[in-house]
Amino acid sequence: MSNTGKIVTNAIGRSVPTEVNGKPVTPFRGVGKHKPDGRKFGPRISSCVDFPNDGNKLVSSLKESLMKAGLRDGMTISTHHHFRNGDLIAVQIFEIAAELKIKNLVWFPSASFECHAPLIKYLEDGTIHHIEGSMNGRLGRFTSEGKMKGVGVLRSHGGRYQAVQDGEVQIDIAVIAAPAADSFGNANGVEGSAACGLLGFALADSQYADKVIVVTDNLVPFPCIPWQIQGNYVDYVVKVDKVGIPEKIVSGTTEITKSPDRLLLAEMTAKFCEQAGIIRDGFSFQAGAGGTALSIGIYFADMLKAKGMKARFARGGSNKYLVKMLNEGLVEYILDGQTFDLDGVKSMRENPRHVNTSPFTSYNYHGKGNFASMLDVVILGATEVDINFNANVVTHSDGVLLHGIGGWQNCLFAKCTILPVPLFRDRIPVIRDEVTTVCGPGELIDVIVTERGIAINPLRRDLLDKVKDSDLPIRTIEALKAEAEKICGIPAKQKFDDEIVAIIKWVDGTVIDCVRKVK
Amino acid sequence: MNQTVASAGNNGDKDRSDCLVTIELSKSGGLKIDLQSKVQVLYGESIEALSKEVLNFFDIRHATLTVIDKGALPFVLAARIEAAIKQVISTEKEYLLDMISENRYSTQRNKPRISRLYLPGNTPSLMLNAGVHKPDGIILDLEDAVAITKKSEARILVRNALRSHDFLGVERMVRINQIPMGLDDLEFVVPHHVNVVLIPKCESAEHIQQVNDRISAIKRRSDLKDPIWLMPIIESAMGVMKALKIAQAADNVVAMAIGLEDYTADIGVNRTKEGRESLFARCQIINACKAAGIQAIDSVFSDVGDMDALKENVLQSKALGFEGMGCIHPRQIKVIHENFAPNEVEIEKAKKIVLAFEDAAKKGLGVVSLGTKMIDAPVVKRAQHTIDSSISVGKLNKNWRNEIKD
Repeated sequence: MSNTGKIVTNAIGRSVPTEVNGKPVTPFRGVGKHKPDGRKFGPRISSCVDFPNDGNKLVSSLKESLMKAGLRDGMTISTHHHFRNGDLIAVQIFEIAAELKIKNLVWFPSASFECHAPLIKYLEDGTIHHIEGSMNGRLGRFTSEGKMKGVGVLRSHGGRYQAVQDGEVQIDIAVIAAPAADSFGNANGVEGSAACGLLGFALADSQYADKVIVVTDNLVPFPCIPWQIQGNYVDYVVKVDKVGIPEKIVSGTTEITKSPDRLLLAEMTAKFCEQAGIIRDGFSFQAGAGGTALSIGIYFADMLKAKGMKARFARGGSNKYLVKMLNEGLVEYILDGQTFDLDGVKSMRENPRHVNTSPFTSYNYHGKGNFASMLDVVILGATEVDINFNANVVTHSDGVLLHGIGGWQNCLFAKCTILPVPLFRDRIPVIRDEVTTVCGPGELIDVIVTERGIAINPLRRDLLDKVKDSDLPIRTIEALKAEAEKICGIPAKQKFDDEIVAIIKWVDGTVIDCVRKVK
Repeated sequence: MNQTVASAGNNGDKDRSDCLVTIELSKSGGLKIDLQSKVQVLYGESIEALSKEVLNFFDIRHATLTVIDKGALPFVLAARIEAAIKQVISTEKEYLLDMISENRYSTQRNKPRISRLYLPGNTPSLMLNAGVHKPDGIILDLEDAVAITKKSEARILVRNALRSHDFLGVERMVRINQIPMGLDDLEFVVPHHVNVVLIPKCESAEHIQQVNDRISAIKRRSDLKDPIWLMPIIESAMGVMKALKIAQAADNVVAMAIGLEDYTADIGVNRTKEGRESLFARCQIINACKAAGIQAIDSVFSDVGDMDALKENVLQSKALGFEGMGCIHPRQIKVIHENFAPNEVEIEKAKKIVLAFEDAAKKGLGVVSLGTKMIDAPVVKRAQHTIDSSISVGKLNKNWRNEIKD
């Protein structure tokens, strides 16, 4: 078992460690309470002397590039997740490392997907010591069972940028898989068979890593335009046959949910926004990629059309529905963090009003502001919510870690945060006395929409006032919890081992909660 | 019974909120519960306790009960366990969960029945949120939606749903099987606060009589007072020709529906979108209903993906004189409500007519006129009907007269 230092109770009442993987960590102090001093992390100074004047940084293989970059025991290797479940590069990196008998690496992805489950082999044989990023699906279950050597660290997209910028995580080698690149290292996500729209999640990696490797299957002559990643940060360029599986990177079609229950949640959420006066000319919104969130955009579009209004900007995840709103003039700009389908990729390539963003502009909490807090409304998911409005997105009610945080924590700073969730999933109540894992503090979560009623955070008197005369089914969170328990029965408490298998970082780098080994 | 092993429930890839229960009787060894549940951590102990309680209730002392659970609610678990048990022992007993207070309501003869949502009687996942979509009624279907081998377990599940699952105040209907099989279904629904019984493939007043005889017997036996309404479904040429007799067969017949899939098959034609082949049948049903003073209900629209075509269908149906339609997907409910309901123009016109009539009555005038137009009594009656149905679907405030004066 890893050393966790002293276990302390943090500002939201959770027991958290003060030391993780041999490094001290700071317990959560409250929203906006932790302001570190000092300067940002500084990457090494490079010199043109060490790079070819003709700009050609091509090396023959991924293995050669890793060896040239000085791959050795204990290094931190980063990858991005713009290829989602179609990523072919991350697993190859660790296959090479294992072949070179390198041990105790830290994998630092911006997110993990089911396609990364083969890495379990390298976690078992000691090639990888632990993961800092997200541990989804089988990787999450592996972690929950206490099988990872080190302690997993989960961060939001903004928290990842913050951790790199602040020097909490020092990336030794960043491997940036790119749908298009030139031999100088300029790269983008809009061209090529693996087109994924943008490469914003790799921005911090390019800026701060010691060594940067760009891997592409679509090498174009200099200049590769647009240069979403700038070659001036890049050490080596590798041409491979295939960087990703296109149909797993973006879906050819994103369809709105056919589930009547989810559609109802979406409709109720949109109605709430209308009644609360959130939908007005020039407003801004962000909705995630899940079926429910996707459909909310459709209701928004209908409402805007009916009122003759338009939104100033929408934050993506973009998809064909958001692109349609852009093209119909219902939204003036899409500020996009990732593209979910081919319509999104095409729009980003062709429409100057469809703008790529990065976790730096959108989410970084240690910056001079970010876009997330400027949004009028954000609609997010959750696995559980408790009666204090704290919410969980990473573990399920059986205690198993299954999801990453994504941009979820960062988005909570919007002017109104709404979580549409079913009251229960199969028999599992979503509204609990206490969430299994706190990922977001209740003070930032304003509205819970369920199919059987809408609960507004009592801190938001203004919202309560605005909808008090509406025909919306406004209820207390306690009443919703009681109804869920009436239907499902009162759930038993889960039992956990003391061993900490992962920690959950807040957007400022402090530890808001941890995940314990399941029994 | 010689059988010692039996199963009930579902465990297919797509099944949710259900469970597959297998019982194996043994001579000794006591009760063994083998549980594999998606919700083991949260509800494992309570599922085991419920399992033992049901086994004890049926005096089973030695058996292995295997429960593969995908998040079934207690009323589903209990139904599945009982259904498995009843295949290996003979018993008249019923394991009844408490009748929840929310389900002890009865309904009015003339309440609106614009939408009624069909729910397959053996598929618990579709029942759970049926009420939140706010249809006028839900139909727990024991007939076509249940495979012949699953009829017995569906009866028990429907019974438990009627007692224990909150459908949030919507009218609770059950479609029984065709007569005579459907008569035995009544034993599982009549004592449990069902509001309406749908009688499929109804072809004669006799069918209504048989159903009512059985209902009366059960009500007497169980000392039940609340009304149970009937909605015969006409699905054959014979049914169409006997429509008026069926509509008038008993006082508790409140609505009559047409089922076009079976009807078109019966007369040997294809069912088309335009529906010319069934125009006579539909008009006959409507006229029979109006003559008998009951509601005329149209067939379901089966393309659940095409909301535009559904809307067309509803508008045609309304124009013919139907007052409601079945739904096979919750998404259809809203479209059906919006398009059966009077539109703004109709409501405004109706308001003016009703006000003019009331004004004339106050002044003691024998003739009602609106502008330069004379208004006949039937026009006033239709306007009043428009006002009433607008209020009932929430398109008009019941104090609309005050709103105008303000």
